[in-house]
Amino acid sequence: MKNELVLLKGNEAIAHAAIRCGADGYFGYPITPQSEIMETLMELRPWDTTGMVVLQAESEVASINMVFGGAATGKKVMTSSSSPGVSLMQEGISFSCGADLPMLLVNVMRGGPGLGTIQPSQADYFQTVKGGGHGDYKLITLAPSSVQEMVDFVDLGFELSFKYLIPCMILADGVIGQMMEPVTLPPYKPRRTAEQIAAECPWAANGKPAGRYRNVVTSLELDPAKMEKKNEVRQERFRLVEATEVRYEEFLCEDADYLIVAFGSAARVCQSAVEDLRSQGIKVGLLRPITLWPFPSKVLSKYAEKVKCMMTVELNAGQMNEDVRLAVNGKVHVYHYGRMGGIVPTPEEVTEALKSHL
Amino acid sequence: MTKEAIIIAGFGGQGVLSMGKILAYAGLIEAKNVSWFPAYGPEQRGGTANVTVILSDSRISSPVLNTFDTAIILNQQSLDKFESKVRPGGILVYDPQGISRKPTRTDITIYTVNAMEIATEMDNVKAFNMIVLGAYLKVQPIVRLESVMTGLKKSLPERHHKLLPMNQAALIKGGEMVESLSV
Repeated sequence: MKNELVLLKGNEAIAHAAIRCGADGYFGYPITPQSEIMETLMELRPWDTTGMVVLQAESEVASINMVFGGAATGKKVMTSSSSPGVSLMQEGISFSCGADLPMLLVNVMRGGPGLGTIQPSQADYFQTVKGGGHGDYKLITLAPSSVQEMVDFVDLGFELSFKYLIPCMILADGVIGQMMEPVTLPPYKPRRTAEQIAAECPWAANGKPAGRYRNVVTSLELDPAKMEKKNEVRQERFRLVEATEVRYEEFLCEDADYLIVAFGSAARVCQSAVEDLRSQGIKVGLLRPITLWPFPSKVLSKYAEKVKCMMTVELNAGQMNEDVRLAVNGKVHVYHYGRMGGIVPTPEEVTEALKSHL
Repeated sequence: MTKEAIIIAGFGGQGVLSMGKILAYAGLIEAKNVSWFPAYGPEQRGGTANVTVILSDSRISSPVLNTFDTAIILNQQSLDKFESKVRPGGILVYDPQGISRKPTRTDITIYTVNAMEIATEMDNVKAFNMIVLGAYLKVQPIVRLESVMTGLKKSLPERHHKLLPMNQAALIKGGEMVESLSV
Protein backbone atom coordinates (compact mmCIF):
# COMPACT_ATOMS: atom_id res chain seq x y z
CA MET A 1 0.00 0.00 0.00
CA LYS A 2 1.21 3.51 -0.82
CA ASN A 3 2.25 5.69 2.11
CA GLU A 4 0.06 8.77 2.49
CA LEU A 5 1.39 12.34 2.87
CA VAL A 6 -0.92 14.46 5.02
CA LEU A 7 -0.81 17.63 7.10
CA LEU A 8 -1.32 16.76 10.77
CA LYS A 9 -0.83 18.11 14.27
CA GLY A 10 1.63 16.11 16.36
CA ASN A 11 -1.19 14.97 18.62
CA GLU A 12 -3.35 13.87 15.68
CA ALA A 13 -0.34 12.04 14.27
CA ILE A 14 -0.03 9.94 17.45
CA ALA A 15 -3.65 8.84 17.06
CA HIS A 16 -3.31 7.90 13.38
CA ALA A 17 -0.05 6.05 14.07
CA ALA A 18 -1.57 4.11 16.98
CA ILE A 19 -4.37 2.73 14.82
CA ARG A 20 -2.04 1.96 11.93
CA CYS A 21 0.53 0.12 14.04
CA GLY A 22 -2.12 -2.32 15.21
CA ALA A 23 -2.62 -1.06 18.75
CA ASP A 24 -5.29 -2.91 20.73
CA GLY A 25 -6.34 -0.15 23.08
CA TYR A 26 -6.02 3.46 24.21
CA PHE A 27 -7.12 4.59 27.67
CA GLY A 28 -6.85 8.25 28.58
CA TYR A 29 -8.19 11.35 30.23
CA PRO A 30 -8.19 14.71 28.44
CA ILE A 31 -5.70 17.47 29.29
CA THR A 32 -4.23 20.36 27.29
CA PRO A 33 -2.01 20.37 25.24
CA GLN A 34 -2.62 16.75 24.16
CA SER A 35 -6.42 16.40 24.11
CA GLU A 36 -6.41 16.00 20.31
CA ILE A 37 -4.91 12.52 20.72
CA MET A 38 -8.11 11.06 22.18
CA GLU A 39 -10.32 13.43 20.16
CA THR A 40 -8.77 12.17 16.93
CA LEU A 41 -9.08 8.54 18.02
CA MET A 42 -12.75 9.08 18.85
CA GLU A 43 -13.29 10.74 15.46
CA LEU A 44 -11.52 7.94 13.57
CA ARG A 45 -13.61 5.27 15.39
CA PRO A 46 -11.04 2.45 15.07
CA TRP A 47 -13.35 0.08 16.98
CA ASP A 48 -15.38 -0.11 13.78
CA THR A 49 -12.38 -0.97 11.61
CA THR A 50 -9.40 -2.54 13.38
CA GLY A 51 -11.28 -3.35 16.58
CA MET A 52 -9.01 -1.09 18.68
CA VAL A 53 -10.61 -0.01 21.96
CA VAL A 54 -10.63 3.73 22.75
CA LEU A 55 -11.86 4.58 26.21
CA GLN A 56 -12.07 7.79 28.18
CA ALA A 57 -11.34 6.74 31.74
CA GLU A 58 -12.57 8.58 34.80
CA SER A 59 -9.07 9.81 35.66
CA GLU A 60 -5.39 9.46 34.82
CA VAL A 61 -5.03 6.98 37.71
CA ALA A 62 -7.72 4.82 36.12
CA SER A 63 -6.14 5.17 32.64
CA ILE A 64 -2.74 3.86 33.65
CA ASN A 65 -4.27 0.97 35.58
CA MET A 66 -6.42 0.05 32.57
CA VAL A 67 -3.20 0.05 30.54
CA PHE A 68 -1.62 -2.20 33.19
CA GLY A 69 -4.53 -4.61 32.83
CA GLY A 70 -4.43 -4.61 29.04
CA ALA A 71 -0.65 -5.04 28.96
CA ALA A 72 -0.86 -7.93 31.42
CA THR A 73 -2.82 -9.85 28.77
CA GLY A 74 -0.13 -9.19 26.15
CA LYS A 75 -2.12 -6.53 24.28
CA LYS A 76 -0.57 -3.46 22.66
CA VAL A 77 -2.05 -0.73 24.84
CA MET A 78 -1.23 2.89 25.48
CA THR A 79 -2.17 6.07 27.26
CA SER A 80 -1.28 9.73 26.87
CA SER A 81 -1.42 12.78 29.06
CA SER A 82 0.40 15.99 29.91
CA SER A 83 2.61 16.79 32.89
CA PRO A 84 0.10 17.03 35.80
CA GLY A 85 -1.75 13.98 34.49
CA VAL A 86 1.49 12.03 34.09
CA SER A 87 2.34 12.83 37.72
CA LEU A 88 -0.92 11.14 38.71
CA MET A 89 0.13 8.06 36.72
CA GLN A 90 3.49 7.56 38.45
CA GLU A 91 2.30 4.83 40.81
CA GLY A 92 0.88 2.85 37.90
CA ILE A 93 4.07 3.35 35.88
CA SER A 94 6.21 2.05 38.74
CA PHE A 95 3.89 -0.96 39.14
CA SER A 96 4.09 -1.62 35.38
CA CYS A 97 7.89 -1.54 35.51
CA GLY A 98 7.80 -3.83 38.53
CA ALA A 99 5.65 -6.27 36.57
CA ASP A 100 7.88 -5.91 33.45
CA LEU A 101 4.96 -4.92 31.23
CA PRO A 102 5.31 -3.50 27.72
CA MET A 103 3.22 -0.39 27.03
CA LEU A 104 3.37 2.96 25.30
CA LEU A 105 3.08 6.18 27.30
CA VAL A 106 2.94 9.66 25.78
CA ASN A 107 3.65 12.86 27.73
CA VAL A 108 3.05 16.11 25.82
CA MET A 109 4.77 18.27 28.41
CA ARG A 110 3.52 21.62 29.70
CA GLY A 111 5.08 24.06 32.13
CA GLY A 112 5.07 23.20 35.84
CA PRO A 113 5.40 22.44 38.66
CA GLY A 114 1.84 21.81 39.78
CA LEU A 115 -0.91 22.77 37.38
CA GLY A 116 1.59 25.29 35.99
CA THR A 117 0.65 26.43 32.52
CA ILE A 118 -0.65 24.85 29.34
CA GLN A 119 2.26 26.17 27.26
CA PRO A 120 5.22 24.00 26.08
CA SER A 121 7.89 22.76 28.46
CA GLN A 122 10.51 20.04 28.87
CA ALA A 123 10.55 20.11 32.64
CA ASP A 124 9.52 16.45 33.04
CA TYR A 125 12.92 15.19 31.89
CA PHE A 126 13.97 14.18 35.41
CA GLN A 127 10.57 12.62 36.11
CA THR A 128 10.85 10.48 32.99
CA VAL A 129 14.48 9.38 32.85
CA LYS A 130 15.29 9.30 36.57
CA GLY A 131 12.07 7.56 37.62
CA GLY A 132 9.06 9.61 38.66
CA GLY A 133 7.73 6.64 40.59
CA HIS A 134 9.48 4.53 43.21
CA GLY A 135 11.97 1.73 42.75
CA ASP A 136 14.92 0.96 40.48
CA TYR A 137 13.40 1.32 37.07
CA LYS A 138 13.93 2.97 33.70
CA LEU A 139 11.59 4.01 30.90
CA ILE A 140 12.80 3.77 27.32
CA THR A 141 12.35 7.44 26.44
CA LEU A 142 11.95 8.72 22.88
CA ALA A 143 12.01 12.49 22.28
CA PRO A 144 10.38 13.47 18.97
CA SER A 145 11.36 16.77 17.37
CA SER A 146 8.95 16.65 14.42
CA VAL A 147 5.43 15.52 13.66
CA GLN A 148 6.91 12.72 11.51
CA GLU A 149 8.75 11.42 14.56
CA MET A 150 5.47 11.49 16.52
CA VAL A 151 4.21 9.01 13.92
CA ASP A 152 7.37 6.91 13.71
CA PHE A 153 7.95 6.63 17.47
CA VAL A 154 4.56 5.04 18.15
CA ASP A 155 5.49 1.90 16.24
CA LEU A 156 9.11 2.06 17.40
CA GLY A 157 8.03 2.60 21.00
CA PHE A 158 5.79 -0.47 21.02
CA GLU A 159 8.50 -2.51 19.30
CA LEU A 160 11.18 -1.60 21.84
CA SER A 161 8.80 -1.99 24.75
CA PHE A 162 7.78 -5.51 23.75
CA LYS A 163 11.36 -6.46 22.90
CA TYR A 164 12.74 -5.50 26.32
CA LEU A 165 9.57 -5.65 28.46
CA ILE A 166 10.13 -2.07 29.62
CA PRO A 167 7.43 0.63 29.27
CA CYS A 168 8.28 3.17 26.59
CA MET A 169 7.59 6.89 26.95
CA ILE A 170 7.27 9.31 24.05
CA LEU A 171 8.37 12.54 25.72
CA ALA A 172 7.00 15.33 23.54
CA ASP A 173 6.01 18.88 24.40
CA GLY A 174 3.32 21.42 23.55
CA VAL A 175 5.17 22.63 20.44
CA ILE A 176 5.42 19.20 18.83
CA GLY A 177 1.91 18.25 19.94
CA GLN A 178 0.25 21.39 18.61
CA MET A 179 2.24 22.12 15.44
CA MET A 180 1.22 20.84 12.01
CA GLU A 181 3.68 19.45 9.49
CA PRO A 182 3.36 17.16 6.48
CA VAL A 183 3.79 13.55 7.53
CA THR A 184 3.92 10.21 5.79
CA LEU A 185 1.56 7.76 7.44
CA PRO A 186 2.63 4.12 7.36
CA PRO A 187 0.39 1.38 5.94
CA TYR A 188 -1.97 -0.41 8.35
CA LYS A 189 -0.51 -3.32 10.29
CA PRO A 190 -3.10 -5.83 11.45
CA ARG A 191 -3.63 -6.27 15.19
CA ARG A 192 -2.01 -9.43 16.51
CA THR A 193 -4.18 -12.51 16.78
CA ALA A 194 -4.64 -14.37 20.07
CA GLU A 195 -2.28 -17.07 18.75
CA GLN A 196 0.40 -14.52 17.90
CA ILE A 197 0.09 -12.93 21.35
CA ALA A 198 0.33 -16.34 23.01
CA ALA A 199 3.49 -17.10 21.03
CA GLU A 200 5.14 -13.68 21.55
CA CYS A 201 4.09 -13.12 25.16
CA PRO A 202 4.36 -16.46 27.00
CA TRP A 203 4.19 -14.48 30.28
CA ALA A 204 0.79 -12.94 29.50
CA ALA A 205 -2.16 -13.65 31.81
CA ASN A 206 -4.69 -14.35 29.10
CA GLY A 207 -6.09 -17.73 29.99
CA LYS A 208 -4.37 -20.87 31.22
CA PRO A 209 -3.98 -23.63 28.63
CA ALA A 210 -3.57 -27.19 29.80
CA GLY A 211 0.05 -28.15 30.30
CA ARG A 212 1.48 -25.13 32.09
CA TYR A 213 1.11 -23.41 35.42
CA ARG A 214 -0.96 -20.20 35.53
CA ASN A 215 0.82 -16.93 34.69
CA VAL A 216 0.80 -14.29 37.41
CA VAL A 217 1.55 -10.67 36.51
CA THR A 218 2.51 -8.70 39.60
CA SER A 219 5.16 -6.38 40.95
CA LEU A 220 4.86 -7.91 44.43
CA GLU A 221 7.41 -10.43 45.76
CA LEU A 222 7.76 -10.75 49.52
CA ASP A 223 10.86 -12.98 49.45
CA PRO A 224 13.77 -10.50 49.31
CA ALA A 225 16.13 -13.00 47.69
CA LYS A 226 13.66 -13.56 44.84
CA MET A 227 12.98 -9.83 44.68
CA GLU A 228 16.66 -9.07 44.33
CA LYS A 229 16.99 -11.67 41.59
CA LYS A 230 14.04 -10.12 39.72
CA ASN A 231 15.74 -6.73 39.98
CA GLU A 232 19.07 -8.13 38.79
CA VAL A 233 17.46 -9.67 35.73
CA ARG A 234 15.75 -6.35 35.03
CA GLN A 235 19.00 -4.42 35.43
CA GLU A 236 20.65 -6.77 32.92
CA ARG A 237 17.95 -5.83 30.43
CA PHE A 238 18.63 -2.15 31.16
CA ARG A 239 22.34 -2.67 30.42
CA LEU A 240 21.40 -4.39 27.13
CA VAL A 241 19.19 -1.45 26.14
CA GLU A 242 21.99 0.98 27.01
CA ALA A 243 24.40 -1.02 24.85
CA THR A 244 22.15 -1.40 21.81
CA GLU A 245 19.36 1.18 21.60
CA VAL A 246 21.01 4.61 21.88
CA ARG A 247 19.72 6.94 19.18
CA TYR A 248 20.78 10.49 18.37
CA GLU A 249 21.10 12.91 15.45
CA GLU A 250 24.17 14.98 14.60
CA PHE A 251 23.83 18.28 12.76
CA LEU A 252 27.10 19.87 11.57
CA CYS A 253 29.04 18.28 14.44
CA GLU A 254 31.98 16.97 12.39
CA ASP A 255 34.16 20.11 12.46
CA ALA A 256 32.43 21.88 15.36
CA ASP A 257 34.36 23.99 17.88
CA TYR A 258 31.24 24.32 20.04
CA LEU A 259 28.45 21.84 20.60
CA ILE A 260 24.83 22.55 21.45
CA VAL A 261 22.93 19.63 22.97
CA ALA A 262 19.14 19.82 22.79
CA PHE A 263 16.17 17.48 22.37
CA GLY A 264 12.61 17.76 21.07
CA SER A 265 11.30 21.17 20.10
CA ALA A 266 14.34 22.92 21.63
CA ALA A 267 16.50 21.07 19.09
CA ARG A 268 14.45 22.58 16.25
CA VAL A 269 15.04 26.07 17.61
CA CYS A 270 18.73 25.27 18.05
CA GLN A 271 19.04 24.07 14.46
CA SER A 272 18.06 27.55 13.29
CA ALA A 273 20.56 29.05 15.75
CA VAL A 274 23.32 26.76 14.44
CA GLU A 275 22.57 27.79 10.83
CA ASP A 276 22.73 31.43 11.90
CA LEU A 277 25.98 31.01 13.89
CA ARG A 278 27.58 29.11 11.00
CA SER A 279 26.70 31.99 8.65
CA GLN A 280 28.62 34.23 11.07
CA GLY A 281 31.65 31.94 10.77
CA ILE A 282 31.26 30.30 14.18
CA LYS A 283 31.64 26.52 13.95
CA VAL A 284 28.79 25.20 16.03
CA GLY A 285 27.19 21.78 15.85
CA LEU A 286 24.01 20.35 17.29
CA LEU A 287 23.74 16.96 18.91
CA ARG A 288 20.13 15.89 19.42
CA PRO A 289 19.54 12.94 21.74
CA ILE A 290 16.59 10.98 20.33
CA THR A 291 16.62 8.44 23.16
CA LEU A 292 16.83 10.31 26.48
CA TRP A 293 17.23 6.92 28.12
CA PRO A 294 19.40 5.25 27.03
CA PHE A 295 21.34 8.52 26.87
CA PRO A 296 23.97 9.08 24.14
CA SER A 297 26.79 9.46 26.67
CA LYS A 298 29.50 7.80 24.57
CA VAL A 299 29.20 10.14 21.60
CA LEU A 300 29.14 13.18 23.92
CA SER A 301 32.26 11.90 25.64
CA LYS A 302 33.90 11.62 22.20
CA TYR A 303 32.98 15.22 21.31
CA ALA A 304 34.25 16.41 24.71
CA GLU A 305 37.76 15.66 23.38
CA LYS A 306 37.24 17.93 20.36
CA VAL A 307 35.07 20.93 21.28
CA LYS A 308 35.88 24.02 23.38
CA CYS A 309 32.62 23.93 25.30
CA MET A 310 29.11 22.55 25.20
CA MET A 311 25.78 24.22 25.90
CA THR A 312 22.48 22.51 26.62
CA VAL A 313 19.31 24.28 25.54
CA GLU A 314 16.14 23.06 27.22
CA LEU A 315 12.69 24.32 28.13
CA ASN A 316 13.59 23.83 31.79
CA ALA A 317 16.17 24.90 34.36
CA GLY A 318 18.87 22.53 33.09
CA GLN A 319 17.81 18.92 33.64
CA MET A 320 19.43 17.08 30.73
CA ASN A 321 22.42 19.33 31.43
CA GLU A 322 23.26 17.03 34.37
CA ASP A 323 23.40 13.97 32.11
CA VAL A 324 25.62 15.78 29.62
CA ARG A 325 27.95 16.78 32.46
CA LEU A 326 28.08 13.16 33.63
CA ALA A 327 28.84 12.06 30.07
CA VAL A 328 31.72 14.50 29.53
CA ASN A 329 33.01 13.94 33.09
CA GLY A 330 34.60 17.36 33.51
CA LYS A 331 36.47 17.34 30.19
CA VAL A 332 34.66 20.46 28.94
CA HIS A 333 32.40 23.03 30.52
CA VAL A 334 28.71 22.41 29.87
CA TYR A 335 26.75 25.68 29.97
CA HIS A 336 22.99 25.84 30.01
CA TYR A 337 20.44 28.08 28.38
CA GLY A 338 16.83 27.47 29.23
CA ARG A 339 13.41 29.09 29.42
CA MET A 340 10.75 27.97 31.84
CA GLY A 341 7.07 28.26 32.53
CA GLY A 342 5.90 27.71 28.96
CA ILE A 343 8.23 30.14 27.16
CA VAL A 344 9.94 28.76 24.06
CA PRO A 345 13.31 30.40 23.34
CA THR A 346 13.79 32.02 19.93
CA PRO A 347 16.73 31.12 17.68
CA GLU A 348 18.13 34.65 18.31
CA GLU A 349 18.22 34.05 22.07
CA VAL A 350 20.08 30.77 21.61
CA THR A 351 22.54 32.46 19.24
CA GLU A 352 23.24 35.20 21.78
CA ALA A 353 23.53 32.69 24.64
CA LEU A 354 26.14 30.67 22.76
CA LYS A 355 28.09 33.78 21.73
CA SER A 356 28.33 34.83 25.38
CA HIS A 357 30.45 31.71 26.00
CA LEU A 358 32.91 32.10 23.10
CA MET B 1 11.20 31.60 -3.07
CA THR B 2 13.39 29.78 -0.62
CA LYS B 3 11.60 30.49 2.64
CA GLU B 4 8.63 32.59 3.77
CA ALA B 5 7.79 32.90 7.47
CA ILE B 6 4.39 34.40 8.15
CA ILE B 7 2.68 35.45 11.37
CA ILE B 8 -1.10 35.74 11.16
CA ALA B 9 -2.59 37.46 14.20
CA GLY B 10 -5.98 38.74 15.27
CA PHE B 11 -8.94 37.90 17.48
CA GLY B 12 -10.09 34.36 18.17
CA GLY B 13 -12.97 33.63 15.80
CA GLN B 14 -11.65 35.69 12.89
CA GLY B 15 -10.37 32.56 11.17
CA VAL B 16 -6.70 33.20 11.90
CA LEU B 17 -5.78 29.57 12.55
CA SER B 18 -7.78 28.23 9.61
CA MET B 19 -6.27 30.83 7.25
CA GLY B 20 -2.87 29.53 8.30
CA LYS B 21 -3.96 25.95 7.84
CA ILE B 22 -5.25 26.58 4.31
CA LEU B 23 -1.99 28.35 3.43
CA ALA B 24 0.00 25.41 4.84
CA TYR B 25 -2.12 22.95 2.83
CA ALA B 26 -1.51 24.96 -0.33
CA GLY B 27 2.22 24.76 0.37
CA LEU B 28 1.99 21.01 0.89
CA ILE B 29 0.18 20.65 -2.44
CA GLU B 30 3.05 22.49 -4.13
CA ALA B 31 5.49 20.03 -2.49
CA LYS B 32 7.01 22.63 -0.17
CA ASN B 33 8.10 22.01 3.38
CA VAL B 34 5.55 23.60 5.69
CA SER B 35 5.00 24.12 9.40
CA TRP B 36 2.04 25.59 11.29
CA PHE B 37 2.39 26.49 14.93
CA PRO B 38 -0.51 28.12 16.80
CA ALA B 39 -0.62 30.06 20.00
CA TYR B 40 -2.94 27.54 21.60
CA GLY B 41 -5.14 27.41 24.65
CA PRO B 42 -7.42 30.11 26.03
CA GLU B 43 -6.82 32.13 22.85
CA GLN B 44 -9.24 29.81 21.06
CA ARG B 45 -12.04 31.12 23.25
CA GLY B 46 -11.67 34.82 22.41
CA GLY B 47 -8.81 37.19 23.02
CA THR B 48 -5.90 37.27 20.63
CA ALA B 49 -5.02 34.32 18.40
CA ASN B 50 -1.96 33.87 16.24
CA VAL B 51 -0.27 31.27 14.11
CA THR B 52 3.19 31.00 12.59
CA VAL B 53 3.26 29.44 9.12
CA ILE B 54 6.52 28.67 7.36
CA LEU B 55 6.74 27.62 3.69
CA SER B 56 10.17 26.58 2.49
CA ASP B 57 12.01 24.75 -0.26
CA SER B 58 14.40 23.30 2.31
CA ARG B 59 13.97 21.55 5.65
CA ILE B 60 12.35 23.81 8.26
CA SER B 61 14.36 24.08 11.44
CA SER B 62 12.61 26.18 14.10
CA PRO B 63 8.80 26.37 13.86
CA VAL B 64 8.93 29.09 16.54
CA LEU B 65 10.30 32.42 15.38
CA ASN B 66 10.83 35.96 16.58
CA THR B 67 11.13 37.69 13.19
CA PHE B 68 8.91 37.20 10.20
CA ASP B 69 8.99 37.89 6.47
CA THR B 70 5.32 38.82 6.57
CA ALA B 71 2.83 39.82 9.25
CA ILE B 72 -0.90 39.58 8.52
CA ILE B 73 -2.55 41.66 11.21
CA LEU B 74 -6.24 41.74 12.08
CA ASN B 75 -6.46 43.75 15.31
CA GLN B 76 -4.75 46.54 17.23
CA GLN B 77 -3.15 44.32 19.89
CA SER B 78 -1.54 42.17 17.20
CA LEU B 79 -0.28 45.22 15.32
CA ASP B 80 1.29 46.56 18.52
CA LYS B 81 2.88 43.19 19.19
CA PHE B 82 4.11 42.17 15.75
CA GLU B 83 4.90 45.35 13.76
CA SER B 84 8.43 45.39 15.20
CA LYS B 85 8.91 41.69 14.42
CA VAL B 86 8.76 42.06 10.63
CA ARG B 87 12.24 41.83 9.15
CA PRO B 88 13.48 44.95 7.33
CA GLY B 89 12.27 44.69 3.74
CA GLY B 90 9.38 42.46 4.82
CA ILE B 91 5.64 42.87 4.36
CA LEU B 92 2.81 43.91 6.66
CA VAL B 93 -0.81 43.41 5.55
CA TYR B 94 -3.61 44.69 7.77
CA ASP B 95 -7.30 45.46 7.85
CA PRO B 96 -7.64 49.12 8.90
CA GLN B 97 -11.01 48.54 10.56
CA GLY B 98 -10.57 48.92 14.30
CA ILE B 99 -6.99 50.16 13.96
CA SER B 100 -6.48 53.50 15.71
CA ARG B 101 -2.68 53.47 15.98
CA LYS B 102 -1.41 52.87 12.46
CA PRO B 103 1.90 51.19 11.62
CA THR B 104 4.88 53.53 11.46
CA ARG B 105 7.67 51.40 10.00
CA THR B 106 9.25 52.82 6.85
CA ASP B 107 11.64 49.93 6.14
CA ILE B 108 8.88 47.46 5.29
CA THR B 109 6.13 47.40 2.66
CA ILE B 110 2.69 47.99 4.13
CA TYR B 111 -0.60 47.00 2.51
CA THR B 112 -4.17 47.41 3.64
CA VAL B 113 -7.29 45.50 2.73
CA ASN B 114 -10.74 46.53 3.98
CA ALA B 115 -11.64 42.90 4.45
CA MET B 116 -14.45 43.28 6.99
CA GLU B 117 -16.09 45.96 4.86
CA ILE B 118 -15.82 43.80 1.72
CA ALA B 119 -17.11 40.73 3.57
CA THR B 120 -20.12 42.72 4.74
CA GLU B 121 -20.75 43.93 1.18
CA MET B 122 -20.50 40.33 -0.03
CA ASP B 123 -23.06 39.55 2.66
CA ASN B 124 -20.76 36.89 4.07
CA VAL B 125 -18.65 37.81 7.08
CA LYS B 126 -17.31 34.25 7.16
CA ALA B 127 -15.41 35.03 3.95
CA PHE B 128 -13.35 37.58 5.92
CA ASN B 129 -10.21 35.47 6.29
CA MET B 130 -10.24 34.39 2.64
CA ILE B 131 -10.38 38.05 1.56
CA VAL B 132 -7.32 38.75 3.70
CA LEU B 133 -5.55 35.66 2.33
CA GLY B 134 -6.38 36.76 -1.24
CA ALA B 135 -4.91 40.18 -0.53
CA TYR B 136 -1.72 38.68 0.86
CA LEU B 137 -1.27 36.25 -2.04
CA LYS B 138 -1.71 39.08 -4.52
CA VAL B 139 1.28 40.97 -3.06
CA GLN B 140 3.29 37.83 -2.21
CA PRO B 141 2.26 35.02 -4.59
CA ILE B 142 4.10 32.24 -2.73
CA VAL B 143 1.44 29.70 -3.67
CA ARG B 144 -1.02 29.58 -6.58
CA LEU B 145 -4.69 30.31 -6.02
CA GLU B 146 -5.56 26.86 -7.44
CA SER B 147 -3.43 25.28 -4.71
CA VAL B 148 -5.27 27.33 -2.10
CA MET B 149 -8.57 26.07 -3.48
CA THR B 150 -7.32 22.47 -3.41
CA GLY B 151 -6.10 23.08 0.15
CA LEU B 152 -9.46 24.48 1.11
CA LYS B 153 -11.20 21.46 -0.33
CA LYS B 154 -8.98 19.20 1.77
CA SER B 155 -9.41 21.09 5.02
CA LEU B 156 -13.17 21.67 4.72
CA PRO B 157 -15.50 18.79 5.59
CA GLU B 158 -17.42 17.60 2.52
CA ARG B 159 -20.73 18.99 3.82
CA HIS B 160 -19.23 22.49 3.45
CA HIS B 161 -17.95 22.01 -0.11
CA LYS B 162 -20.90 24.04 -1.45
CA LEU B 163 -19.11 27.05 0.10
CA LEU B 164 -16.05 26.64 -2.14
CA PRO B 165 -17.21 29.05 -4.92
CA MET B 166 -17.94 31.75 -2.33
CA ASN B 167 -14.45 31.31 -0.86
CA GLN B 168 -12.88 31.50 -4.30
CA ALA B 169 -14.75 34.74 -4.98
CA ALA B 170 -13.48 36.11 -1.66
CA LEU B 171 -9.88 35.20 -2.47
CA ILE B 172 -10.13 37.00 -5.83
CA LYS B 173 -11.91 40.01 -4.34
CA GLY B 174 -9.20 40.36 -1.68
CA GLY B 175 -6.56 40.37 -4.40
CA GLU B 176 -8.39 43.12 -6.26
CA MET B 177 -8.92 45.34 -3.22
CA VAL B 178 -5.47 45.27 -1.61
CA GLU B 179 -3.83 48.70 -1.49
CA SER B 180 -0.22 49.67 -1.00
CA LEU B 181 0.47 52.39 1.56
CA SER B 182 4.04 52.90 0.42
CA VAL B 183 4.84 55.74 -1.93
